[in-house]
Amino acid sequence: MCGIAGFVGPVPGDLSATVLLKRMIDAIGHRGPDEQGIHIDPGVGLAHARLSIIDLSSGQQPMANEDGSIWVTFNGEIFNYVELAERLRATGHRFRTHSDTEVIVHSYEQNQEQCVDDFNGDFAFAIWDSRRRRLVLARDRMGVRPVYYMQIGQTFAFASEVKALAAIPGVDLEIDPIALDQTFTFWSPIAPRTIFRGVSELPPGHMLTYQDGRIAVRRYWSLQYPKRGDAKPISESVAAEELHDLLVDATRLRLRADVPVGAYLSGGLDSSVTTALIRNYTKSHLRTFSVTFESSEFDESEYQQELVRALGTEHSSVLCTRDDIGRLLPQVIRHAERPILRTAPAPLMLLSQHVRENGFKVVMTGEGADEILAGYDIFKEAKIRRFWAGSPGSPMRPRLLRKLYPYLVGLQGQPQPYLEAFFRAGLDDPGNPFFSHLPRWRMTSRLKQLFSDDVRDAISDYNALEDLSGQLPAEFGQWGPLSQAQYLETSLLLPGYILSSQGDRMAMAHAVEGRFPFLDHRVVEYANMLPARLKLRGLREKHILRVAMSRHLPETIANRPKQPYRSPDAESFFGKAQPEYVREMLSEDAIRQTGLFDVPAVAKLVEKCEAGRASGFRDNMALVGVLSAQLLHMSMVGKAAQGARQVAHAAG
Amino acid sequence: MAESIEPAIRQFIAQNFMYREGIQSLRDNQSLLEQGLIDSTGVLELVFYLEKTFAITVGDDEVIPENLDSVQQISSYLRRKLTPASQVRVA
Repeated sequence: MCGIAGFVGPVPGDLSATVLLKRMIDAIGHRGPDEQGIHIDPGVGLAHARLSIIDLSSGQQPMANEDGSIWVTFNGEIFNYVELAERLRATGHRFRTHSDTEVIVHSYEQNQEQCVDDFNGDFAFAIWDSRRRRLVLARDRMGVRPVYYMQIGQTFAFASEVKALAAIPGVDLEIDPIALDQTFTFWSPIAPRTIFRGVSELPPGHMLTYQDGRIAVRRYWSLQYPKRGDAKPISESVAAEELHDLLVDATRLRLRADVPVGAYLSGGLDSSVTTALIRNYTKSHLRTFSVTFESSEFDESEYQQELVRALGTEHSSVLCTRDDIGRLLPQVIRHAERPILRTAPAPLMLLSQHVRENGFKVVMTGEGADEILAGYDIFKEAKIRRFWAGSPGSPMRPRLLRKLYPYLVGLQGQPQPYLEAFFRAGLDDPGNPFFSHLPRWRMTSRLKQLFSDDVRDAISDYNALEDLSGQLPAEFGQWGPLSQAQYLETSLLLPGYILSSQGDRMAMAHAVEGRFPFLDHRVVEYANMLPARLKLRGLREKHILRVAMSRHLPETIANRPKQPYRSPDAESFFGKAQPEYVREMLSEDAIRQTGLFDVPAVAKLVEKCEAGRASGFRDNMALVGVLSAQLLHMSMVGKAAQGARQVAHAAG
Repeated sequence: MAESIEPAIRQFIAQNFMYREGIQSLRDNQSLLEQGLIDSTGVLELVFYLEKTFAITVGDDEVIPENLDSVQQISSYLRRKLTPASQVRVA
């Protein structure tokens, strides 16, 4: 796993191409500390920072074909490279290395842009096709690996992280108010938009070509669901068997590495499944890692230990305290490069550090199962609300709301009429495409009250929900309710937050690569075609996964209800060990300087948090949202940020 | 005491449930739920405040929007609670 960067066109400023590429790749050097490489052709530069995992001795990049006409710089893995290389050899391609990178080169020679259709992997790569003078960028189907791009005058530039683009002379990052509005609605901007004006993200499952100064983006893969009532007719036992076999194969492919592969173990069902699969289908010695918390509200050590005993793994954990979260947030934001509304990425940064300190570069992890097999409570919530909408006057139906979010103390303590009032959002409009997500999005949108007048003016009458509505696939309306909700969760929150802010960025901060068997596209496509009743049976989430995996797991784990991964929020920043930056970033001066938020509104929020009166989702999300946006602005926008970047650069 | 109920309630709501809108913009009959001012845990804070400030006990069955969803409703509810039972009977 690695970092990539490059450009096509004249070198901006008065730098040489070498110096520019070096600056860009140094900015994301944390992604690939093992080696660096560059390739320069007239008007083109590719750079690579390498984390060596496959073919340690000869997998250096950028890498070319035999005659040097095609060059690639690649971040990620093509897990089925062994099979693809065999196929390509059979058609006459000669390989010089044993790396998956070379498979991209030859696949492209063979099939040009269509080569991605054959790749099973997590990837972001750039190919320079010198004969056609064409640059091709591609990103994996689910959005595991990132790639950003922008146009600077006559120059097109791309990189794994925005900080590499910010290293280009003449690039001054600015916050995009519309992206801020989207973040304070959906938790992230809608790709290709990013929080920085003028910087785009290549959306998951997309390719981009840049030729003759023109950018063309096309989708090569998309999430598909059956039409309503048209799901695969299949028995539970057959579906469980097929899903099981697919997961075994997805895991087997993801164990391919020339370095040892470890596993994250949260104690929940999903990481238990991935860990059990490794344990049962490979002979490798298994090393597992987890994060623990002080408060029982968040901690899952008991379940982690149970699984460690059952599977006989060698396990270690790292304790994440509130003070750790407070201390780590600035670093988290420098890596996430976007505002966040929850602190949950911070413990994962601590965990990746722990993994790295223990000598591991690769970990298997369970993300994606909740999206593709309906694990999240939002799916149950939508089901109950839809049932309630069928008879809105019923006193009994909304009582089912009590079955939701059993782990949220605040919500559970709520009187029934108020619980109903909250979940009533959108109840009168069950045909609304966003029916499942309206309570969440409406709640999050309340945070926009904190925006400054300038931001409000810039946003004007923009409506994020209308915007998203216009971007839904044409088939969306024909899908069943669970499919619609799953699509929203899998296309927005998964790449926009889970796999990026909580995933790639936190792992790569310490040069650790995450691998996700549930996000093998064959698993995703299979799960999407299953009938809703096999995923959410009654209110039992991920039903089919429990059936498929019960043979490998202790009963308590297989039947354990979903406990989402969460961490302490506002309290992390107002304890005795309050980090200095908190006061500084939330000061009147700093709020005025960034211009993002309303001074008295933030003062009020801070006062409330200081007095220990922060309560509910709203205050907690508001605080983390404001603080992270302030940190982002100060570290990446404007002159202050350039100074900070230079200092960071000088300090190595 | 009775006369100062509304301003006190308004003050509490402005301080605890509003980030930005001025207290002036809050109308006495405005629904706190519909405005999104009271979120999932806000009502418990409100109940806690009422019990502490006005030395009353809010019964579980009284925690309903009819009693607590606007400045007006909260004030009326409080007045009923604060009025001795004998006077209620006379009235």
